[in-house]
Amino acid sequence: MATISEQNNRVPGGGLGPAASMVMQHYRQQLRTRRVYTAIAIVVFLFVLGASLNFANDANSGKFFERLPYLFDFIKNFVPDSPMEIFRAMFDLPSPYADGSLKYNYTSDRVYITETLYIPHFLYQLVITINIALVSTIIGAAIAFVLCFFASTNLVGAGATRFVVRRIMEVMRAFPEIVIAGLLTAILSIGPIAAIIAITVHTIGALGKLFFEVVENSDMKPDEGLRAAGASWVERVRFAIVPQVLPNFVSYMLLRAEINVRASTIIGAVGGGGIGEVFRLAIGRDHAAKTYAIIILLLISIVAIDQFSAWLRRRLIGNQSFEFGRGEA
Amino acid sequence: MTTSVPSINAADRERLRVAYPEVFHRSFLQRYGLLIGSGTVFLYLAICFFAFNVGPAFMQGQWDRASIYIQDWYSWRAQPRLRYEDDGSVRVQWSNRGQYAEGADIFWLQPTQNRGYKVTYGSDANRLDVTPTQVDVYVNGTAYPVTITEDAATAPAGAPSAIVQDGNKVIVHYGFAGQAEIRTSQVYVQRRFLGWANFLFDTRSEFWGKGWGELISLATVGDRLDPARANISHMWGDFLENTVWQHADIFSKLAQTLVMAFVGTLFGTLLAFPFAFIAARNITPNRAANWLMKRSFDFLRSIDMLIWALFFTRSFGPGPIPGIAAIFFTDTGALGKVYAEALENVDDKQREGVKSVGANPVIVNRFGVVPQVLPVFISQSLYFWESNTRSATVIGAVGAGGIGLKLLEAMGTNADWDKVAYMVLLILMVVFLFDAMSNAIRSRLIGGPSH
Repeated sequence: MATISEQNNRVPGGGLGPAASMVMQHYRQQLRTRRVYTAIAIVVFLFVLGASLNFANDANSGKFFERLPYLFDFIKNFVPDSPMEIFRAMFDLPSPYADGSLKYNYTSDRVYITETLYIPHFLYQLVITINIALVSTIIGAAIAFVLCFFASTNLVGAGATRFVVRRIMEVMRAFPEIVIAGLLTAILSIGPIAAIIAITVHTIGALGKLFFEVVENSDMKPDEGLRAAGASWVERVRFAIVPQVLPNFVSYMLLRAEINVRASTIIGAVGGGGIGEVFRLAIGRDHAAKTYAIIILLLISIVAIDQFSAWLRRRLIGNQSFEFGRGEA
Repeated sequence: MTTSVPSINAADRERLRVAYPEVFHRSFLQRYGLLIGSGTVFLYLAICFFAFNVGPAFMQGQWDRASIYIQDWYSWRAQPRLRYEDDGSVRVQWSNRGQYAEGADIFWLQPTQNRGYKVTYGSDANRLDVTPTQVDVYVNGTAYPVTITEDAATAPAGAPSAIVQDGNKVIVHYGFAGQAEIRTSQVYVQRRFLGWANFLFDTRSEFWGKGWGELISLATVGDRLDPARANISHMWGDFLENTVWQHADIFSKLAQTLVMAFVGTLFGTLLAFPFAFIAARNITPNRAANWLMKRSFDFLRSIDMLIWALFFTRSFGPGPIPGIAAIFFTDTGALGKVYAEALENVDDKQREGVKSVGANPVIVNRFGVVPQVLPVFISQSLYFWESNTRSATVIGAVGAGGIGLKLLEAMGTNADWDKVAYMVLLILMVVFLFDAMSNAIRSRLIGGPSH
């Protein structure tokens, strides 16, 4: 900004014709108004930010600057007895520090399949979490697939059907997952089913919206061709729309699977079981080795799933429409 | 469609077969890929069905409780106990969460002349006349006397299915309107009504039990109940201090959740903005710096928001600060990645133009790059803000505070489902409002002349 005004001062309309200097004058005037507006916006924005920060600090149980030293202390003290402990915790190997407490009970957590063969506890929980995410992605995508055709203007018009289906999707998307999980936990007792259903409901809403947007952007010429040949609505959808949109659908589904792995970890921590719950317990009880083991496992699995699904998506649809998925979450 | 296929001769058929081999000679994978894929998916779902014990869990589910919990979302129960006293009278005892003020006149619970009580369920045809020795149960206008002795309450022979003898007590079902358990020492009444009880004012308030018309006239033209302050501010105060619904607390918790999402996303944006310039290959021609920056973004992004939230909750204690920090850390990574990719796709002509007049690097980026990417940046941040408003609820439940924790507490009691419904409604309203707001800003930015 500063440079423009300097340049303007250096050339105060000199050498410009009357028409050009008029334009210059208007330009400056507009610039001035815009700057005033920008300044006002910034002041309002800073005020809101300041108020928010102040409120957050007041509402927190410890004040930010008082608690900051605790953060560093926590990082400093929260280290396992030896680096090897992390791997012992990860694979349920006996620990030399074992003193009978929960902190070192790695071996007792083993999940035995046969007499001697066991799955390490954290791996087992991780598999549960990933399976929760996969199952809810598959079921959610299947239901969203059916619903999305009834929500797109080019297939059902702008009537009541579209309106109702879209509102249902919106509510499913915005409905807090923990409430569904909590309600089902109260009915079905604690277990992964509550988490599956909660994540499925959200997936239907989120994928349904992405799906019907893809359907609305699809090329309608194949549809016209089929319509001219006298095809029914179902046949038109099946042979004109689905082949076009399927690669995009699968790509969005994979993106959703990534998000759902994170979601099922979090829901797990609130009571849905799986690695999330184990992690919450480990960090809550100050079990450093277990905590780091779970963080490493989660990090590896999330990076692996992200990379795998990125590779699959790139193969499916190339590099287009790639990065805008997360925002729709 | 099948009826009007034109007949073609053998030569034509051969010609088509040669001209379009890809249609007639599809590979094995093309022919059966979908079938194999869906078969695998079904098999997987079937395995999970058994691995997760879905069948037994649904069989053992407490579905009777489920219907009560769901009804609690949109209706409320009054649960007085009608105790038999030794002197032959009946005394009404309310639980500590009673919805009626002391001595209130309750239309469905009226004393009778013989010192008993009459409980009506909708109409006089469905009612109980309670005395210590006998309860007359009226179902659809017919009376069935239930006799009460020291040892048992006994239903008469030939009672309808709504009256159930259960050991030494009798349970009467009136559908949605409620039920009653007639025991040897008391009648435990449940009376259900549509709506939320005492949503505006609790029983301590002077405005309790007043109708809408009366409230509006009090708020606008009526005399002051408390001479020190206007009725409307009096009402607002009583509304916020409602002990049953805790409006003030819920609003403050909701605000905490919104603040978490807002401040977290904002700080993430502010930090990701300069760092994305370092991460972008075309802007910073230093491979090591690019690589380092991008891997740091990946690190921040890949550690789950849950891990950050629990980690910061341990250090800062429950409240919005760990929530802000968790969202800030994950979003710096996610936004940084998206921003860096947007920067790598900018049009180089504008930069060259600014460079050619001899501007320094900062000016080149300010006028050659930022105007191109700013709408994309802001639109992405708005997406994240929206999505974080939802995530902040869940993050809160893990311990970061806000409405999420409040929701979890309300659900934990299994008796506050009406409050859960209220909070869900507030969250839905806020999420829709923010969706609309960010959509409006985005369409102005992207569709507007600034692009």
